[in-house]
Amino acid sequence: MHPILKLVTQRLALGLLLLLAASALIFIGVELLPGDVAQSILGQSATETALRNLREELGLNEPALTRYFKWLFAALQGDLGTALTNGQSISKAVGERLGNTLFLAFWAALFSVPLAIVLGLIAVRYRNRWPDKLISGITLSTISLPEFVAGYLLMYLFTVKIRLFSPISTIYSGMSLGEKLSAIALPVMVLVLVVLAHMMRMTRAAILNVMQSAYIETAELKGLRPFVIIARHAFPNAIAPVVNVVMLNLAYLVVGVVVVEVVFVYPGMGQYLVDHVTKRDLPVVQACGLIFAAVYIGLNILADVISILANPRLRHPK
Amino acid sequence: MKDELAMLLDRLDAMGITRRGFMGRAAAFGAATALGTTVMGSAARAQEPKRGGVLKMGLGGGETTDSLDPGLSDSPVPFSVNRQWGDTIVNVSPDGQIEPALAESFEANADGTVWTFKIREGVKFHDGSDLTAEDVAATFRRHSDENSKSGALGIMQGLSDIAVDGQNVVLTMATGNADLPYLLSDYHLLIQPGGGVDNPSAAIGTGPYKLVSAEPGVRFVFEKNQDDWNADRGYYDGVEIIVINDATARTAALQSGQVHMINRIDPKVAKLLSKAPGVQVTNVSGRGHYVFIMHTNTAPFDNKDLRNALKWSINRQELVDKILDGFGGVGNDIPINAAYPLFDDSLEQREYNAEKAAELYKASGHDGSPIELLVADGAFPGAVDAAQLFQQSAQAAGIPLEVKRVPDDGYWSDVWNVKPFCASYWGGRPVQDQMYSTAYLSTADWNDTKFNNPEFDALLLEARAETDLAKRKDLYSKMAHILWDEGGLICPMFNDFIDAHGEAIAGWYEDPNYEMMGGWASSKTWFA
Repeated sequence: MHPILKLVTQRLALGLLLLLAASALIFIGVELLPGDVAQSILGQSATETALRNLREELGLNEPALTRYFKWLFAALQGDLGTALTNGQSISKAVGERLGNTLFLAFWAALFSVPLAIVLGLIAVRYRNRWPDKLISGITLSTISLPEFVAGYLLMYLFTVKIRLFSPISTIYSGMSLGEKLSAIALPVMVLVLVVLAHMMRMTRAAILNVMQSAYIETAELKGLRPFVIIARHAFPNAIAPVVNVVMLNLAYLVVGVVVVEVVFVYPGMGQYLVDHVTKRDLPVVQACGLIFAAVYIGLNILADVISILANPRLRHPK
Repeated sequence: MKDELAMLLDRLDAMGITRRGFMGRAAAFGAATALGTTVMGSAARAQEPKRGGVLKMGLGGGETTDSLDPGLSDSPVPFSVNRQWGDTIVNVSPDGQIEPALAESFEANADGTVWTFKIREGVKFHDGSDLTAEDVAATFRRHSDENSKSGALGIMQGLSDIAVDGQNVVLTMATGNADLPYLLSDYHLLIQPGGGVDNPSAAIGTGPYKLVSAEPGVRFVFEKNQDDWNADRGYYDGVEIIVINDATARTAALQSGQVHMINRIDPKVAKLLSKAPGVQVTNVSGRGHYVFIMHTNTAPFDNKDLRNALKWSINRQELVDKILDGFGGVGNDIPINAAYPLFDDSLEQREYNAEKAAELYKASGHDGSPIELLVADGAFPGAVDAAQLFQQSAQAAGIPLEVKRVPDDGYWSDVWNVKPFCASYWGGRPVQDQMYSTAYLSTADWNDTKFNNPEFDALLLEARAETDLAKRKDLYSKMAHILWDEGGLICPMFNDFIDAHGEAIAGWYEDPNYEMMGGWASSKTWFA
């Protein structure tokens, strides 16, 4: 077996094991929260009778372990079940939401990743001079700004002062691509601002690290232009750490954007998950948790594979 | 009606009632045009409604977990969504009168135990089927079934029999209730074909708008119901409800013209928002109130002097000013205010009185150990701040009140109705009987002050069956006095419903029943 294929298989198997562990942890976590789904649904209007009826109907009277394994077997067969709170099919709801989340993440990544890398290259080229300091200064301030503050600032600027974009990013089927892009312009901007600095700084640091090597000195001595040295000789050898950071940020774009979703009323996974956590809607929380875990694990496997492919020593082990 | 007008004018003089509050009540019995132009200046009601356009509402208070089953509706967005497609058999008007809806008339026997509702003929459901008395009866049966999860189960349990007699629905109760029509106006009790037994979430009803698409927690789209039985509503071609839970995004959406009206304005920004161009902020004092509740059966709150010491040691006006920013009314330790029919204003208004509080505290013989008040942000907006203000004013009277902040999570299951002293809120009810029966009758499920007063219970049952309004008012007054003196309720304030709409909207009036004109904003307004 090809070593890389073997590695990917190993990682995938490990990933599945991790997913199983994650599902158990999520289940335990939700069970530990005070109150149950029946109390959460009925809230202040709960009476003993109503609680009893609802628990009966939702099957909450069975022991926790039984419920977990029932859920696990159904999930293995691809059936994520129905939401306890509103009886809607989870697969369908999650499918739409996941699509929306990936749509937003895709456009944010499309702008942020190339931008971060190019800015990183420029920062190295002019290191410790004003362009480097300017880039670092700006990106570090945007990452330090909480997302919701950045969101409100952009909202105030682009919707109330200049009526360029919509403050609410609700997207639904039937909108054209152009309408959708216009709707998500502001959240994409916020996300780009948030993830830019991390990737840019890592690109800069990784390349600077490589810049100490002897072969860079050789390249300088043979008279190559500084930017060519950085882009052609230094960057390929700095890919491994950069890819790791990029993947972490991509994962963040998928699983960590709940604040942005709330601020801009974007119908993504984060909002869906939070609503169901407060209602203790276990099947939905489980499903979302698994998807989020899968995204993290999948992107990390991808990062590992790319790092290995980018490094000849790892690509051709002795 | 003449008497009521006179009463209103008296009240206007005596109490300095607000212009808007007066207009809301006057408009409701059609006096707005005459009075509005002569006494109060022009009124929007005088305009002729125009039809057309798609109304966009940006509403907070919706979740992805919301169901379309009207029985499970318990938050603002489901309430407004259901108002689009469904009707109850009667409605409560802004001045608290019963108005016919799907029932065109009704009558009761002498002791209020048997009620006959004549169901309107020629009404069609959105699926094309005809509304029958059987549908109404089936709906009531669904909500009164003891296995029902309906939020109206509590009020429907009093019905002993639901029968159909031709076009009439006959409801029988073991004990008389003069307020039954008010109970049946409950927003859970939307009439569905076949009672909604087969598919409670179908959103098929008789309302002014038909559901086109529903994405809970995101967006609901409605189109005009061309066969609407009521020609005086539903002026828009369609309605779009966009769920915007974030208060800042909601106001930005209104300011930028993305939506035409929004609900739930934070009192702290209401004044600022009202200065923004093109935005009209409206507030109406409703029946909702914020409370601190003591279990009257648990030490140390089983001591009446201690309870009253705490009641005299809270500065209600300060709370209204600081927590509600003036958008609300001062409470008086009863759950009833002037928004209720048959309200008796002769009860003494309790003010902050540190000396009296200190005196009562001393008389209670309390050992001086900290009195713990449990509070969470979710109890009501500003609850933690309110509790801290309470703590300060109580400590000034020498009462060792301690605020203990607890998480929102699980507050309604583990703290409210469980711990002896905590913060809470009530949305209010259309009539006094329902409010008292829900939370102050000793046997009530939600008796969250564990109030147990046989005299109070007896008066409540007596008033319920009393058809003479003057006598009833007298009975309610007696009950208010008992609760004021004996109860475990500290009610510092009644909160306003604060909504806002853009310039394009005409015909907005005030309805103290609930936010967004009692849910009728999309039905009764139009594009100017």
